[in-house]
Amino acid sequence: MKIIVCMKQVPAGNQVDIDPETGAMKRMSSEARTNPYDLFALETALALRERLGGTVTVLTMGPPQAEEMMRDAYTMGADDAVILSDRKFAGADVLATSYVLSQGVRLLGGADLIICGRQTTDGDTAQVGPALAEHLGIPHAAWTAEIVKADESAIQVRQDLGSVSQVSELPYPCLITVDKDSCVPRLPSYLLMKATKDRQVRVLSFADMPDQDLSRYGLVGSPTNVERMFAPPEKERQVYLEGKDGAEKAEKLFDILTGKKII
Amino acid sequence: MAYPYKKMTREDFDKIRSITDPGRVWVGDEIATEYYRDEMPEYGVFPPELYVEVINKEEVSAIMAYAYKENIPVVCRGAGTGLAGGATCKYGGIMLSVMRMNRIFPIDHKNQTVTVQPGALLLDVQAAAAAEGLFYPVDPGEKTASIGGNIITNAGGMKAVRYGLTRDFVRCIEAVMPDGSIMNFSSNVVKNTTGYDIKDLIIGSEGTLCILTEATLKLLPAPTCSATLVMPFGSLEECADMVPKVLELPFVPTAIEFLERELIEIVERNLNKLFPVKQGEAVLIVMYDASSKQELDSAVEAASEAALANGALDCFIAATPERAGTVWAVRGAILEGMKADSVAQEECDVVVPRARIAEYVKAAKKIALSHGIRVEPCGHCGDGNIHTEMLRGPEMSDEEWKSATHASLKELYALSKELGGQLSGEHGIGNGRLEFLEEFVGPRMIALYKAIKLAFDDKLILNPGKVIEFQQNKQEGNPV
Repeated sequence: MKIIVCMKQVPAGNQVDIDPETGAMKRMSSEARTNPYDLFALETALALRERLGGTVTVLTMGPPQAEEMMRDAYTMGADDAVILSDRKFAGADVLATSYVLSQGVRLLGGADLIICGRQTTDGDTAQVGPALAEHLGIPHAAWTAEIVKADESAIQVRQDLGSVSQVSELPYPCLITVDKDSCVPRLPSYLLMKATKDRQVRVLSFADMPDQDLSRYGLVGSPTNVERMFAPPEKERQVYLEGKDGAEKAEKLFDILTGKKII
Repeated sequence: MAYPYKKMTREDFDKIRSITDPGRVWVGDEIATEYYRDEMPEYGVFPPELYVEVINKEEVSAIMAYAYKENIPVVCRGAGTGLAGGATCKYGGIMLSVMRMNRIFPIDHKNQTVTVQPGALLLDVQAAAAAEGLFYPVDPGEKTASIGGNIITNAGGMKAVRYGLTRDFVRCIEAVMPDGSIMNFSSNVVKNTTGYDIKDLIIGSEGTLCILTEATLKLLPAPTCSATLVMPFGSLEECADMVPKVLELPFVPTAIEFLERELIEIVERNLNKLFPVKQGEAVLIVMYDASSKQELDSAVEAASEAALANGALDCFIAATPERAGTVWAVRGAILEGMKADSVAQEECDVVVPRARIAEYVKAAKKIALSHGIRVEPCGHCGDGNIHTEMLRGPEMSDEEWKSATHASLKELYALSKELGGQLSGEHGIGNGRLEFLEEFVGPRMIALYKAIKLAFDDKLILNPGKVIEFQQNKQEGNPV
């Protein structure tokens, strides 16, 4: 069984810098971490490999700094790691990103099963997984909460979709996106860290892509026009009202509540 | 003298109402039953005659002066999360809650301290320090405990290995004495050799000496990064043997805990919290704080290599908050998991020298098994404070459970003493461990405890019958 797991580095914390010209996120500016949902995707893949055999390849589109995330995937047990990196990929929206990933999957010779996290914590669209399946022309099941069963020919998953739960069986090749809390991602292993210290992380660029049509990639290939993007405001902390007596403090509280239009 | 206490009358109730506010006073059946006990009802359920929520030290002082004059017992209560049956009205009287006195004053950056009222919650104190880039490191499992309760019981928790106990972070205390006088013990100074160190005597006195109304706590600069390592071993004994090896390294761990697979499975089964490491019959969890990534990486590498050299199956590294969270969520849910998995629990809170942990664990299991009890040792092995949890199965009768736990505890305490340990590491004596204290510390020590109690509380009205019990001398009516 050949499994590909799509992963992404996202900004750590909620301090995100936005390029005011393009509305795109500045990826170099803050510390990065692995999108938390993708760790659940990788865990799902590793657990399936333990049961069914095969290989797990992690795939990402991003800057060369993504190597750190890929090395982390090695320490969790991934067999192979590929970064799709080129300035021509920069500024990609969901459509262009999923297209680059589909090209990457084709370059890797396809897969029986592709697993993505449900969404990223920066873009929050939850669309890249399904869009990737569409580019590849394979069935997909998004928001998978549980792998009900899996064998050599098909996978059965339970999706929790708002008020309904749906169990679907998908023949390979197919794609699933997994929710968090479907399992607990294993921790990086020190033994694997030592064993994979010299293992290569492959970096592929635009020149390697089967489709050389530049209009499908990066900002040019992105029909989405981002009007404004911003990090949500920091949550407010507890406030102590100082005052000589209850009346004075009540006055201050009244001002705050009316100021916020709560009363 | 004090015994027997006055049974409270309508006049007493009215007096307390007039000192405070009728809206903050409850009597008799109006008192919520949660105030009859702490987290361990096994250690006593006692209804107070009156329950009052005070808002300042002047009220505390006036209540104490009245209670002193009228010979009414008073028990001070925080969040009620104690595990020793300490904050209960064993002899009736007044339960005085300080939970409305919950202010956290602005951080004093020049002194790196924060002054708090006793009803502030530990988690709020930790958050207030963190919001200013500082760190209150004492970290008992129960984050919704009151800071006053933490101080008066000298709470420990798992970060004691590196940072110490609550006592190590208390600069000074303001307290109300049993006769109502208000006193300050030490001040916001780093050193103090002015007379006896009474502040340190009050910390850990379990509400038997005075009532805390304000405290100033030392803070530290917050560490910038941390990592949690999980070392799986083939057995709990191997795990325990690893502890001194970790302590020998040139990096001071923040916490060292161990967990047996059986206990992990109890949490996974009952609370659906999954542990991220599947290997090993037992795991050692080691946490490091550091002020730079380089320092952290060196500590992680040294500890990982030491683990592998000492028989660990691997060493797993949780260096992000999410990853560490999956480890600590399971560790933190043990008590809850065990409650869900058994009919009743009894806990032994002994502390032994760190070099004797493995011996203690092995012998403790044998002792409990010989009395037909399921036992799960877990806890803070970095400081030798092994929580030996005894679990009651559905097949045991009340009588069987009671006699088996009593017999086991007696032997476990004897074992701890033999290994150079102490009866309680962090939960305290309260009411629950009272019957075992004298045998453990001996009659001369008990006489000293009594003298200390009387020096503070000559009428024995503060939290009577806890830590130290005075028997009434029937002929003279004096406590002896």
